[in-house]
Amino acid sequence: MIYLFDKSFEGILSAVFDCYEYRHEVSRLLPADQAQQVLFEETHTVYSSSEKSERVWKGIQAKADAGWQRILYCAFLSELTEVHHTLFMVLVRLFAGQVNLDNYGDDAVLLLAQTAKKVEREKHRMKAFIRFEKSEDGMYFARIAPDFNVIPLIITFFKDRYADQPWIIYDQKRLCGVLYDTDQVHHIRKLPEDLSEHMLPDKPLQMDEDETLYATLWRDYFKSTNIEARKNPKLHRQHVPKRYWHLLTEKKIIWE
Amino acid sequence: MERIREKLSILADAAKYDVSCSSSGSKRKNTDKGIGDASNGICHTYTEDGRCVSLLKILLTNYCIYDCAFCVSRSSNDIKRAAFTVDEVVELTMNFYRRNYIEGLFLSSGIFKNADYTMERLLKIVKKLRTEERYNGYIHLKTIPGASEELINEAGLYVDRMSINLEMPTEEGLKKVAPEKSHEAVKRPLGIVQNKIQQFREERKLIKHVPQFVPAGQSTQMVIGATPENDMQIMHTASAYYKNFSLKRVYYSGYIPIRTDDVLPVVQPPLMREHRLYQTDWLLRFYGFNVHELLNEKHPDLDMQVDPKLMWALRNMHCFPVDINTADFQSLLRVPGIGRQSVQKIIEARRFGRLRIDQLRKLGIAYNRAQYFIVCADTPVGLGSLQDYQVRSRILNQGKSKYAPAFSTQLSLF
Repeated sequence: MIYLFDKSFEGILSAVFDCYEYRHEVSRLLPADQAQQVLFEETHTVYSSSEKSERVWKGIQAKADAGWQRILYCAFLSELTEVHHTLFMVLVRLFAGQVNLDNYGDDAVLLLAQTAKKVEREKHRMKAFIRFEKSEDGMYFARIAPDFNVIPLIITFFKDRYADQPWIIYDQKRLCGVLYDTDQVHHIRKLPEDLSEHMLPDKPLQMDEDETLYATLWRDYFKSTNIEARKNPKLHRQHVPKRYWHLLTEKKIIWE
Repeated sequence: MERIREKLSILADAAKYDVSCSSSGSKRKNTDKGIGDASNGICHTYTEDGRCVSLLKILLTNYCIYDCAFCVSRSSNDIKRAAFTVDEVVELTMNFYRRNYIEGLFLSSGIFKNADYTMERLLKIVKKLRTEERYNGYIHLKTIPGASEELINEAGLYVDRMSINLEMPTEEGLKKVAPEKSHEAVKRPLGIVQNKIQQFREERKLIKHVPQFVPAGQSTQMVIGATPENDMQIMHTASAYYKNFSLKRVYYSGYIPIRTDDVLPVVQPPLMREHRLYQTDWLLRFYGFNVHELLNEKHPDLDMQVDPKLMWALRNMHCFPVDINTADFQSLLRVPGIGRQSVQKIIEARRFGRLRIDQLRKLGIAYNRAQYFIVCADTPVGLGSLQDYQVRSRILNQGKSKYAPAFSTQLSLF
């Protein structure tokens, strides 16, 4: 039996629920949009439900410590089909008492732990590499395009740090983001049409008059703080991988 | 706009030789919806020389009454001079911080008029940031040598870290390049801050809400290679300062001859030596080594070809091999190729059974280096009897050091 789900965390948990409810032998968990890959096997479409998923999550809380709960969630955020499948399988085995999460010799457990580590690393990079641009009405706006969907992991950090300024972090790849209005955090989808209605005026990304000044000063600073005699471009690229350059104020190419 | 750009490039350029960039170690939190916190330690970007940028590192001014031979801002040097106003520094810091460019401010200054006048200006800046801007980000402030105790104590209430540079590893060296300066003048402020930190710590035990005082501690810096000190002198000084002033860090900065002319070629600073000194520093702080074991009258300099831990092990072959499955924490820590985390993992893992070579490799130790110094459950008999020079040549021949070009005198064709 092949399970099809909607790529949400609730979906995976609901799948675990269904698997026990209907006593299915599940060979594979696939995103619903990849259903055409299935030729001969029977499929079952999982409907995500908060009721089912909450029950499963409670069960997980009883069986895995806080550290592992985070690993499971981070592994989900990787958005990799293979990892989602493994996550599902590990959870099914966890409830059957067939898996020991301390055993890193288990390939499935190791894959989840390693993937979670990658996601955490990406999260840390986003804390460092996010660059806000100030718009005309005082909104600080940042665009990101991370490898993994790390926004849920960085909200609290930015909320605590930039508590007195409104900001938006928008994921260009996944077309969604978060908005902080100096009080609460809201999830947003699709910019700019949606956003212009309630937060920004007609021209959504009209920059503050000082924005160019400070961006220029930052680029100047970045250049002058470099010591030419110690140049080490390989190390530089290791720390600041090229795929992030297009969104970094100090690294992106400015067309003048 | 052009003027502020020029000022920033002059004053950032002059500040970059202070190598301290740490932004961790403080516990300052954002309270009542202010801005920023200093409890993380994040490197926001890296320069092309591979060093991290976490703080906005600037001088308040590069006008200076002193004439220290090693310093770019020395009074006899014919360079452009500039000075920020208090408001300019505050504006810059806040605007950079709000855009998530930086983790905080590193503020230093040339000495104009006199020490207290300069220190007062610096104090004004940090005070304004904390009280008016309600800024909770990281602040690293350079103490001005010769500033009064009251000013130092007041500044300590607003900053996260304070530092003052030794500049040269020995008093004699310092006298040669900076006749007006002395190590005594550095010890005084270090002592003042250390006492105050201690005093606040004692009070915290009795009273719940004691203001923070330099929560991330103190650090210092030495220039390496400008004066003829050997590694022993450098590390003995560092070790003494760690001990006497409970410093958090000592930084070593390879001397770069200041170019007077753009036509001259770029001279490479002694990067390898700097690296070995940092490795030694780590051995002293985290690996339970005593500085006399590594550097003494008989061995006054570090080995540039092998790391200091391996160097020590080769000199003390009688301490090895150690048995991975029985040795205690301290002796495992001294094995080349095994770091602190690996030692912890080994001790955890061996509770479940005797460890084999393949398991050690998976744990992530540098087995190629460690193999000559350890015995595992399945180590073949006979490997342990090599002489130190044999081990040395095997290790050196085995891997290709990423630093190899640094020793090669052969010119590359391409």
